Amino acid sequence: MNKIILIIKREYLSRVRKKSFIVMTILGPVLMASLMLTPLLMDSSDSELRTVWLCDESGLFEAEFNNTEAIRTKVFTESVEQVKLLFNQSDAFTLVHIPDTSSISISDLENNVNVYAHKPISFANKRLISRNIETVIESIKLKNEGLTRETINKTRASVSLNTIILDNSGTEKLGSTEIAMGLSMAGGFLIYIFIFLYGAMVMRGVMEEKTSRIVEIIISSVKPFQLMMGKIIGVALVGFTQFALWILLTFVLSSLATSYLMNPAELNPTELIDGAELILQEGANEQNVLASILTELQSINLSFLLLMFLFYFVGGYLMYGSLFAAVGAAVDSETDTQQFMLPITIPLIFSFIALQTILENPDSSLAFWCSIIPFTSPIVMMGRLPFDPPMWEIALSMVLLIIGFIFTSWIAGRIYRVGILMYGQKVSYKTLWKWIKQS
Amino acid sequence: MKVLEIQSVSKSYSNHLALDDVSLAVPEGKIFGLLGPNGAGKTSLIRIINQITMPDKGQILFKGQKLNSEHISQIGYLPEERGLYKKMKVGEQALYLAQLKGLTEKEAKTALRKWFERFEITPWWNKKVEELSKGMAQKVQFITTVLHQPKLLIFDEPFSGFDPINASIIKDEILRLKNQGTSIIFSTHRMESVEELCDHIALIDQSKKILDGPLNEIREQYKQQIYQIDFSSTELSFLNTLPEHLKLIKSSNNQAEIQIVDQSKASDLIRFLLDKSDLKGFEEKVPTVNEIFIRTVKENLS
Repeated sequence: MNKIILIIKREYLSRVRKKSFIVMTILGPVLMASLMLTPLLMDSSDSELRTVWLCDESGLFEAEFNNTEAIRTKVFTESVEQVKLLFNQSDAFTLVHIPDTSSISISDLENNVNVYAHKPISFANKRLISRNIETVIESIKLKNEGLTRETINKTRASVSLNTIILDNSGTEKLGSTEIAMGLSMAGGFLIYIFIFLYGAMVMRGVMEEKTSRIVEIIISSVKPFQLMMGKIIGVALVGFTQFALWILLTFVLSSLATSYLMNPAELNPTELIDGAELILQEGANEQNVLASILTELQSINLSFLLLMFLFYFVGGYLMYGSLFAAVGAAVDSETDTQQFMLPITIPLIFSFIALQTILENPDSSLAFWCSIIPFTSPIVMMGRLPFDPPMWEIALSMVLLIIGFIFTSWIAGRIYRVGILMYGQKVSYKTLWKWIKQS
Repeated sequence: MKVLEIQSVSKSYSNHLALDDVSLAVPEGKIFGLLGPNGAGKTSLIRIINQITMPDKGQILFKGQKLNSEHISQIGYLPEERGLYKKMKVGEQALYLAQLKGLTEKEAKTALRKWFERFEITPWWNKKVEELSKGMAQKVQFITTVLHQPKLLIFDEPFSGFDPINASIIKDEILRLKNQGTSIIFSTHRMESVEELCDHIALIDQSKKILDGPLNEIREQYKQQIYQIDFSSTELSFLNTLPEHLKLIKSSNNQAEIQIVDQSKASDLIRFLLDKSDLKGFEEKVPTVNEIFIRTVKENLS
């Protein structure tokens, strides 16, 4: 027991002290934060001044095309042919031509606005122009029907459903799937990522010991199984450390960045185009949303979900970790791993894909089987948990995962103990089977 | 007193028999040479002694006790296929390996300091293994093998990777350990080092033990009554007409090797030779381990 702790300590410290670990730990959150912030940055950085020429023969639209930070509007009253000639020689961004409405109906106008440009214009810019025109047309149409914008706004309705779960005993509880779904989806995804990242790390570690030929010295002091488990646990601790640091750093970084970028005093609604407008609208409702998230969070059995997450996280990792270790022991070089990696990665990828369909239909037989079979259950059961699957299914899935873990580490241990001492042998599935049978 | 008794051990892998009913006894405080051609089963046997693999049949006694995991700390093993963690620092790595053998960190540190000073490699303590040359790494490896003062040391080709100077340092260390009472199993292909070091040898070929005993006894046993004679003159034509019970093996300028084919004594040979010529030297030719090795393996083949 003492020796396995020594092994865990070495595996942990030697990895945590590596430069690549430190670099990845710092770079990870920077990447994550920049991923989250890029859309925001891109919206506010689109500040290149552009000139839009407006040739409005109808005379209705001039007032709608306001100058903004990004756009200067220049109105022309000359005929469209003349303006086009001028436009050709200018470096203006676009020329919007609105035909005279006396000759066509207002509905026909919708399809008769031409935009001239020197080069194809972006979707966002197109939207901007069409939105302006749409507003005018809508106002005219409303007026024709004898309505005002205020009336329309007043008649709008927005319904949010309060789901209440009525169980057999008649007690009611507020059920909310969205937040729970989001949480468990994230949980399943984390498990998936963790198994892949750190499983591969276990594999490389085993291969390193094998190719550096230190393994025979070590297993003359400890049992191969101890070495394998020590490595798997040590790498898991490395993973926990890295994840914890990532979460912490991402949180710090993104809160720093958002407070810097999203200073509310600097925000002016007219400066923001489409995408940002949406965020602002949400911002207005933020108070409400926050309150409802809080009540929803209270309704979810958070501690239960967290406990389950930890169980499936650790269980899934241990089960796959030993298989990764066995692959590392069976081969001599990274290039040979491919053939043995396939049966490990397929159930993982499958369960990740299944997870998304299962969210649509959490009580299907696919969902049932995938959440019972230990190879897919860590990821899939996480996705099913918010839909309150029967207790016996959860229990069965957990028991089977423990059995699955014991089974794979037994198999892996047998492959491992023979494999680490085999050099320069072409290993096939047949040889692996022989190793498993060998006493 | 036997430090290790191997009692009719057999081991087979999926497609071949690696050890077939092998029995050996390793005497205490001696150097025991474990010899055999490639693939004979030496490494299999050594791995069984180190409890890396289990025998299919038979058992092993360590100082009269059935071999178990308690004995790991009393055995030191330097495998033929050896290496160190490349990215780890020398001192840290040696500490780790010593602790795996059951030393406490403090014990290991003190012992390591002593050995590092002895080999004059203290400045390496904080170097990474990948910065060392192969010979340097081998020295570190040797230290980690003997550090925990095992009762039984197993060296598999200990001199490979060493230059002659370092090889002789290691040889002296092995002899010093033997004088301190450590029993040593020594597996090698370099027969001249067997002759220099071993007190006892065993030969394994094709999974079977074919020879076992104290080195001097075996050499006696393999003597073929061949005598090397130095003459003072170069006129040796009489050698071509030797009586029937004598056989000329080879002759050069003023030297010859003669084998006595029947039961007659060496003194009879001397008497016969004195009649013919002047003798400068007369010596019985004792077979080298190399000759014994080749002969027995060839005989075993046929």
